[in-house]
Amino acid sequence: MAENEERLRRTMMFVPGNNPAMVKDAGIYGADSIMFDLEDSVSLPEKDAARVLVYEALQTQDYGDAEMVVRVNGQDTPFYDNDVKAMVKAGIDVIRLPKAESAEMVQKLDADIAAAEKEFGREAGSTHLMAAIESAKGVLQAANIAAASDRMIGIALSAEDYTTDMKTHRYPDGRELEFARNMVLHAARAAGVAAFDTVFTNMDDTEGFYRETEYIHQLGFDGKSLVNPRQIPMVNKVYEPTEAEIKNARNVINAIQEAKLKGSGVISMNGQMVDRPVVLRAQRVMKLAKASHLVDEEGNYLEK
Amino acid sequence: MEIKKTAIAGTLESSDIQLMISQADSGITIDLQSDVKKVFGDQIEAVITTTLNNMGVTAAKVKAVDKGALDCVIKARTIAAVQRAAETTDKPAWEVL
Repeated sequence: MAENEERLRRTMMFVPGNNPAMVKDAGIYGADSIMFDLEDSVSLPEKDAARVLVYEALQTQDYGDAEMVVRVNGQDTPFYDNDVKAMVKAGIDVIRLPKAESAEMVQKLDADIAAAEKEFGREAGSTHLMAAIESAKGVLQAANIAAASDRMIGIALSAEDYTTDMKTHRYPDGRELEFARNMVLHAARAAGVAAFDTVFTNMDDTEGFYRETEYIHQLGFDGKSLVNPRQIPMVNKVYEPTEAEIKNARNVINAIQEAKLKGSGVISMNGQMVDRPVVLRAQRVMKLAKASHLVDEEGNYLEK
Repeated sequence: MEIKKTAIAGTLESSDIQLMISQADSGITIDLQSDVKKVFGDQIEAVITTTLNNMGVTAAKVKAVDKGALDCVIKARTIAAVQRAAETTDKPAWEVL
């Protein structure tokens, strides 16, 4: 687990790495994480150009507070080594490994990152990593993958490759992904890292997008990978706490602070026991509320 | 770095710049096409020239078609074109990135 401080990762927006217009504008949509892609969205003859373009953009463009992620090419390709080196040198926050199928693959990436940090004078351990689970093998190894490195920040399900591997395809109700989603989510939680759901590619099916996002929000995913910036406010809306949830969370936090002053670790509020998990949940609600601009700095609810 | 063959990098899409680099006997010549040449022509040529100098390219003919590229894009496309022309794509010039 790379960091204890929990960061909001509701939206991870895919940006094709060889498209200057999209790379340049990626910061304006308010995504929690921006993922530049050097893999599937870049054609084979353009791999070198995409790598350089992303590198130079990272040196000069302002992407605000977004967490910067790059999806490198797979370890079975001739592009992987230079992708990793270039992105570590560029000072990327997170390197995303595609098609992860074992803890060894993650450990190899970890070692390659460590070597590159040394070569280019980056602080040791400053580059984090994440893994994409895209096959039956990967799903069954999810727990080992998620726990394979101290640099790990999260694992993501990638459903297009996964459903192909499973000899099915994606259905509107998503039942074919039930097992994989729960495996990825449990592996992430057990390892203390983030869980990202797969992309939803049909831009015209807004209702389906909301249905799927509400479902993965209910399961407990941190957020979703996205292919279109139009989906960012939609995901944020699903993750936005209600007024009642915010007020309750504030009461919990106030009550526990009061109890601490009195020297007690557990309290009862409105007849309900308030202990650590309730407090953690309340803290997450307040963080989401702040990110959704529903409360002021002190946590007071802002009327719409 | 020696230009061994003619190479192209970049596209003609908006915000991009397409560069074609080919061999020359000596010196660097740049033929630039851009809708914003009047205002930014000198700046664009300066970015290309500086990048070529940093990569140790002393002789090259450059044909550039700009579609409104930022400096970082111009630099990136110049580096990619030179590495392709010098056949060093597999061994990126880390020091000039």
